[in-house]
Amino acid sequence: MSAKQTNRKPGEVETTGHVWDGIEELNNPLPKWWLYIFYITIVFSIVYAILYPAWPMLTRATPGLLGYSTRGALAAEMERFDAQQQPMRDKLVATPLDQVQNDPELLQFAQDAGAAVFRTNCAQCHGSGAAGVQAGGFPNLLDDDWLWGGTLDDIVTTVTHGVRNTDDPDARYSQMPAFGKDGLLTPEQVGAVVQYVMSFSNAATDPGLVDEGKQIFADNCAACHGEDGKGDRAQGAPNLTDAIWLYGGDQATLTNTVTNARFGVMPSWSMRGMSESDIRAVALYVHGLGGGE
Amino acid sequence: MAFLDKHKAIETHATLLLVLSFLVVTIGGLVQIVPLFYLQNTIENVEGVRPYSPLELAGREIYIREGCYVCHSQMIRPMRDEVERYGHYSLAAESQYDHPFQWGSKRTGPDLARVGGKYSNLWHVEHLTNPEAVVPESVMPKYGFLLDRPLDGKYILDSMKANKLVGVPYTDEDLANAQADFAAQVDPDADTTGLMARYPKAVVANFDGVAGVSEMDALVAYLQVLGTMVDFSTFKPDASR
Repeated sequence: MSAKQTNRKPGEVETTGHVWDGIEELNNPLPKWWLYIFYITIVFSIVYAILYPAWPMLTRATPGLLGYSTRGALAAEMERFDAQQQPMRDKLVATPLDQVQNDPELLQFAQDAGAAVFRTNCAQCHGSGAAGVQAGGFPNLLDDDWLWGGTLDDIVTTVTHGVRNTDDPDARYSQMPAFGKDGLLTPEQVGAVVQYVMSFSNAATDPGLVDEGKQIFADNCAACHGEDGKGDRAQGAPNLTDAIWLYGGDQATLTNTVTNARFGVMPSWSMRGMSESDIRAVALYVHGLGGGE
Repeated sequence: MAFLDKHKAIETHATLLLVLSFLVVTIGGLVQIVPLFYLQNTIENVEGVRPYSPLELAGREIYIREGCYVCHSQMIRPMRDEVERYGHYSLAAESQYDHPFQWGSKRTGPDLARVGGKYSNLWHVEHLTNPEAVVPESVMPKYGFLLDRPLDGKYILDSMKANKLVGVPYTDEDLANAQADFAAQVDPDADTTGLMARYPKAVVANFDGVAGVSEMDALVAYLQVLGTMVDFSTFKPDASR
């Protein structure tokens, strides 16, 4: 090792003074722009730690002089948007449902808000186009065949309390017995009543069984689905005569339905935190899709 | 910088170098390690969060095995778009009994932190069997094979004990009833008073409609409890955390 050499010619690089076998270690200075940015980041981090939440302490982190928190920022932003929309929401809640269409601005707001609510919460079961999914028994909302009623008030009630969920005591409720599985009807009787139900839409594949099925229907099914098979909306019993099927209208599907009894479940959206104005908006949206009464 | 040139004094004095190096490592170590001891204070005390029931725990293991976390997160961040879509932002306490947590880092599918109760059991079974049947635009793989894989719960007690070892407060009563609770949760006719007392808000149902416990039952039971434990109508989170 030797003393550090600084008496170099211009353009030559300073060395650290370390020499081994004539090989010197150069001491290139850091570029000035790099060095000053580095110092600035140090100053920045100190200022940041003073202004914003930073250091973990015994019970919680230092709060910072600005009092910033992600939760506070979120609450402020939610409040800002709520304040923007609140007048329209209040108006939507205050206006009777059948009067909304007389106010184009309010109707537009309800349709837009309803569409957003539908895409977020409803589309997964009823389909993004609201056409339902027959394989899963998720009802089509575009047609005029309603299980629990298609007026605005009916739709609001259904969305508010849901169907057959266990959370909401006001949920719409009905339960078809599993006629085959629980032994209420023999497989032959199920076959006959299926033929009778299919005959409503002139689709019976074995007309010989229709008369036998008629009596079985009157004894077991008519209480809910009605003598004429037109259903009962008070109990959510589907209309069996309109050739619109929840799970499908072929013989195998109907036999499965009568044997095992199938019915869907819908959450209580009021209990899941949907606001009254959102519920009214989505009801107006669904009502306006074509099938509303 | 002149004072930096003084390092020769340190580098040529072994004891001084040792003492000063130790000092530097100590400070660095303290800064990195000490906050970990206070990690608990970042978790709010939240009423309602409970350990998973045996069936939910089994479902959670299937969730991990199938790599659901690769496409689904379980972490609603405190941002307006997420809160509007998924619900209240996630709290640390809600995943305090998750070992490991399932926050995830990538959303190909939606966040699942509050999926519990949003859909019916039937929907979950349909959707897991064939996602495109209910959501035509979905790119999720089909998991229908879960229906054909029975679960006997042979290892559920071991699994609960392992969780207890890392801090999940399963009681002796929980462990003693593990097997019974495991079977009772898929049987709507069973006596579930004990199960519901030990695991409030557990969803009891024959999820897949087939007798016996399948992997589908377990996974749906797990999905149906996600995000439902805390009652946000009564809980007010600390505003400035």
